[in-house]
Amino acid sequence: MISLRVFFVGGLISYRALFNWLNPWIFFPTLVVAPIFQVLFFALLGRAAGLESDRFYVIGNALQIAALPGLFAMSFTITGERYSQTLAPLLATPANRAALFLGRALPVTANAAFVCVVSFVGSALLLHVTFPSSTLLPLAVAIVVTSLSCTGFGFLGGAIGLRVRDSIVLINLLDAVLLVFCGVNIPLDELPEWMSQVAQGLPVTHGLEAARRIADGARLGEVRGLLLAELAIGAAYAASGYVLLRYLERESRRLGTLETA
Amino acid sequence: MRILRVLGVGWLLHFKIISRSPFAIGVGATWPIVNATIAYFMYRAGSHPQTLLYASLGSAVAGIWSIAAIDVTGAVQRQRWWGTLELLVGAPVPFAVVLLPMALAIASAGIYALATTLLWGRLVYGIPLPLEHAVAFVVAVPVTIASIGVLGFALSMVLMRFRTASHIGNSLEYPVWIASGLLFPIAVLPAWSHPISWALAPTWGMRALLHSALGGRPWHDIALCAGLAAVYAAAGIALVDRFIDAARRRATLSLT
Repeated sequence: MISLRVFFVGGLISYRALFNWLNPWIFFPTLVVAPIFQVLFFALLGRAAGLESDRFYVIGNALQIAALPGLFAMSFTITGERYSQTLAPLLATPANRAALFLGRALPVTANAAFVCVVSFVGSALLLHVTFPSSTLLPLAVAIVVTSLSCTGFGFLGGAIGLRVRDSIVLINLLDAVLLVFCGVNIPLDELPEWMSQVAQGLPVTHGLEAARRIADGARLGEVRGLLLAELAIGAAYAASGYVLLRYLERESRRLGTLETA
Repeated sequence: MRILRVLGVGWLLHFKIISRSPFAIGVGATWPIVNATIAYFMYRAGSHPQTLLYASLGSAVAGIWSIAAIDVTGAVQRQRWWGTLELLVGAPVPFAVVLLPMALAIASAGIYALATTLLWGRLVYGIPLPLEHAVAFVVAVPVTIASIGVLGFALSMVLMRFRTASHIGNSLEYPVWIASGLLFPIAVLPAWSHPISWALAPTWGMRALLHSALGGRPWHDIALCAGLAAVYAAAGIALVDRFIDAARRRATLSLT
């Protein structure tokens, strides 16, 4: 029961703190305006390069944007505790660590899905990209799965934030890797072979492939394998992140580096 | 003379500070490479290899704007956190003279973005930098950087009353990349947006660099870039005193 309370209430409070008590002046520019303009930018670049249709970039970037809150928010939940000098008291509590940190992941996942939908709808309206109504529900499933997977990936970044002071630089690099490798703006078959291979082990790749196939008319059952692969990749990163988090927590206690990292 | 000294010392001090920032240098120097890489692949796959230098220079200018948009707009708030804002406002020089070199120094960190992007393009993709007008290129680089810094300064004045200025500045990263035609020509954009493009210094800075490298009329672009910087500076200076006076009257300098 206590773990459930830590999971839900702790996660909600942490989420509100992350956006300075849900200040719209932070939320709107960062998670509404910037993502929509990212989609527009790459769609226009795609037009200039004569590579793919606007729809390709709307789907690609909207799903990659799901990684944005997943990656950054999970890292900020750790580094934010350090900045507000609550990290040590937090880790001194006997709270279940899985409930503590997975609780922080839940609202972040919902946020990732929301941002993805906003950028999807906003950019589709601006670029006059349409999707058949029958594809909307399966697309929503692909969005939720990709958001979950990206949050799992972000968990790993959050764990590293326990030991590395400027984890924001690392998180930016991880975000860049997703943007370049996962077929977001460049079709995977246009990338060098080794990059396509790396993409198979990253979140977004399979969820994105599933979303594009759904938009082309595939049914949910036909992309089940891709969505399960996306979930499995996200779960693997989340599990690695949890193990790393516990290890780094122990090491930080042993070396007295919790506040100095 | 004293004003020039404040400008010079302020620029040097803040350039040293920003050059030691892992975020500004780590992220500022790597994202242009990422954007350049994406643009290379897209243009190459779309059979437009002649635009690779365009992508390289455009990514570099985009990187300069990104640093300015985020860090310059957050400069006042940063001074507030450091507890130095009141001291700077109380200094016996106009506040604009204190803030302007900060903006220029932050934009100057974009030189790292320019260097790494051109080097990345040369080493990884074999993209040469022809330099048809070498002297113009050498002039265009600082003028472009300075004009973007001054644009950031003017923007920071507009956003001065917002505690979340750097977040608002962050959201202007892509819009300026789009409007300035940094990675694709503004001909791709609707005609109604072209006057916005012309009013942005990065548009002319990008053209100045491109025309210096590939041939064209770089001096014309450099002059327009410098002219716009002067307009932005005048607008910023005009706004700064109004905001400082208002903050002093309402005692909100450290609270806004």
